[in-house]
Amino acid sequence: MTRNTKPLSLRVPEPSGRPGDTPDFSHLKLDVAGAVDRPPVDARPVQMLDLAFRLVRVLDDEGTAVGPWNPRLDAETLKKGLKAMILTRAFDDRMHRAHRQGKTSFYMKCTGEEAIAVAQGMILSREDMGFPTYRQQGLLIARGYPLVEMMNQIYSNASDPIKGRQLPIMYSAKDYGFFTISGNLGTQVPQAVGWAMASAYKGDDKIAISWIGDGATAEGDFHNALTFAAVYRAPVILNVVNNQWAISSFQGIAGGMETTFASKAIGYGLPALRVDGNDFLAVWAATQWAEERARSNQGATVIELFTYRGAPHSTSDDPSRYRPGDEHEKWPLGDPIVRLKQHLIALGEWSDEQQAEAEADAVEQVRAAGKASEAIGTLGQSRPSVKTMFEDVFATDDWRLTEQRREVGV
Amino acid sequence: MVDQTHAPASEAPEAPAVAPMNMIQALNSAIDVKMAEDPNVLSFGEDAGYFGGVFRVTDKLQEKHGLTRSFDAPISECGIVAAAIGMGAYGIRPVVEIQFADYIYPAYDQIVSEAAKMRYRSGGQFTSPITIRSPYGGGIFGGQTHSQSPEALFTHIAGLKVVIPSNPYDAKGLLTAAIEDDDPVVFFEPKRLYNGPFDGWHQNPVSPWKTQELAQVPTGKYSIPLGKARVMREGNDVTVLAYGSMVWVSLAGADHAGVDAEVIDLRSLVPLDIETIEASVKKTGRCVIVHEAPKTSGYGGELSALVQERCFYHLEAPVTRVAGWDTPYPHAFEWEYFPGPQRVSDALKSVMAGGR
Ligand SMILES: Cc1ncc(C[n+]2csc(CCOP(=O)(O)OP(=O)(O)O)c2C)c(N)n1
Repeated sequence: MTRNTKPLSLRVPEPSGRPGDTPDFSHLKLDVAGAVDRPPVDARPVQMLDLAFRLVRVLDDEGTAVGPWNPRLDAETLKKGLKAMILTRAFDDRMHRAHRQGKTSFYMKCTGEEAIAVAQGMILSREDMGFPTYRQQGLLIARGYPLVEMMNQIYSNASDPIKGRQLPIMYSAKDYGFFTISGNLGTQVPQAVGWAMASAYKGDDKIAISWIGDGATAEGDFHNALTFAAVYRAPVILNVVNNQWAISSFQGIAGGMETTFASKAIGYGLPALRVDGNDFLAVWAATQWAEERARSNQGATVIELFTYRGAPHSTSDDPSRYRPGDEHEKWPLGDPIVRLKQHLIALGEWSDEQQAEAEADAVEQVRAAGKASEAIGTLGQSRPSVKTMFEDVFATDDWRLTEQRREVGV
Repeated sequence: MVDQTHAPASEAPEAPAVAPMNMIQALNSAIDVKMAEDPNVLSFGEDAGYFGGVFRVTDKLQEKHGLTRSFDAPISECGIVAAAIGMGAYGIRPVVEIQFADYIYPAYDQIVSEAAKMRYRSGGQFTSPITIRSPYGGGIFGGQTHSQSPEALFTHIAGLKVVIPSNPYDAKGLLTAAIEDDDPVVFFEPKRLYNGPFDGWHQNPVSPWKTQELAQVPTGKYSIPLGKARVMREGNDVTVLAYGSMVWVSLAGADHAGVDAEVIDLRSLVPLDIETIEASVKKTGRCVIVHEAPKTSGYGGELSALVQERCFYHLEAPVTRVAGWDTPYPHAFEWEYFPGPQRVSDALKSVMAGGR
């Protein structure tokens, strides 16, 4: 028997547009550039609660850097960042095509999100450890990791630095401060906290930085990480890359309609920043703020990087099946590469010709690396010795693996 | 060996080299000695810091080694293991406690997908030299959620080591080896044996460890290599493979049956001492496997298959398993559930009768 009251109804969040609809971003509350205060680095989290709901932006529509978050970067740094972003996009395009040509089984682009990993990869040093997901290729590229090694990994060829064991794009580069990527979403975040705790325990000065997608914040690991980061005041930067989509599920399905992802930090007593992820300068400034906090032993910061995933989720995805086809072009925060380029031009430090040159140079770099990697082999054409399949399971030999290796005849 | 004749006369008299310890004290001593020796060894878990753990295995470690080396953790098994993994990647050797093995499931993904795979997936760039300790097993009226034996779930996972001691001497030596191991080790402690060997007759009191030779534990450092079984009793008629509290149950069962059984304590399931098993079964021609965990897909199935693959033509009778039932652990029926010596004895007699 139910009581004689009005029937309840279940709410399932839905995005503002589906295929065929006109993209609608009118629900977004976007602060204008320069509008958000910059608290002192030692501000207590309760003194800056509003920053979890505002949006830190530096570049205005004309490409001018404005407001208290302007990191006042020199032109060389800006150019380096721009070039790394251009190279990241060129790399993505080439590898996406390589997948279409059957040279690899899988690829994931970070189109529209390049500013995030590039800026953050430039700020932190290689001795710090990044705990990435699969959309931080810009981190390796900004740090000058050889493109050919990235491709060798993607092709699982004989020179794959991780011996053909991982899905393409799941790099591991300890010397570049790039932790081995897991296919299980969210697991890296509490690991980053543990790594940071270890640095603090040792009295070292290294910090950790992690990234997680908006969708994956729903995993328990994310929340466990926030608890540990707060409890032990771990020197770590915890990024949430809100690119609006988790495969076909919009960010509301992970709780983004009720509050911001940055605000998840508040209940843990952690400071939260919500930042325009397509604004290289804003990403830089916020990360630097968090870095300073971590290095001065004030613990973790949660940064929500507000952006849009322009490309399909992966080569196995067709976003036109679940979102308006041109939604990406309508993204009100623009394209990170175009915006930084515009800024450099406004500073008188760059030109359309230089941009075209940089793009051509990036394509050439990628092409050369592609040639070198493909000479070693693409997927199925070349691979490490099968013997290596039985290695690295344990530090020492195990009779089962020895017997099984013999059974394979290697 | 230290050459005593050259020891300076002014040195303080050495601490006694051996002391009687129960399993809790022996485990504590292992962590204590390792922490004293290596500043990279940390110990943490729920209630594991100030209070020394609900079973007191980490007792006084905080007092001796400091707050940042032995501390309490949030009730977040996933967080505990994940933090340990991150620390391990940094170069630390964390020894973490999961309060009861029944609560290891929230950390399962971190153990299985992360710690176990770290070395392999990174091509050897990152490792996970962590030790995950957890009291496990039944016989303490713990009900469903304080009695489970989940070891088989971990033996199935490539990249994990699984160790289970049955006495204080082994507990300390094996835990020391686990902490020093460069791979992740899941270390299950049979809590029914913490305070004394237990023969499985539930009406019998737990006899104190101090009456046992295996409770004479060196106070200093020693280790027992992982992957070496201990022959607890030599025999000629049947091989009994057991680990944890079932080692003592098996000894009692063999006595009860009056069978000349060779009882082998496996000590570690991964790596497994296949040579000792094979040699014993080839000698006796019979094999009974005893574990507390439910029978279906338990580690006994694996042992049975290995014995069959390697010793088939030496077998006089079918390999037989004595195990927990395939039900959740029932509080009121604990003694019907717990595989006691009577069941082992019955199995031994039936294997002896089943000769060909
Ligand atoms: C634990 C786990 N569950 C599901 C998946 C499958 N999966 C891979 S990516 C993805 C979406 C992730 O979305 P988000 O976290 O927003 O990151 P984004 O892809 O948008 O960068 C899913 C569900 C997975 N890899 N791991």
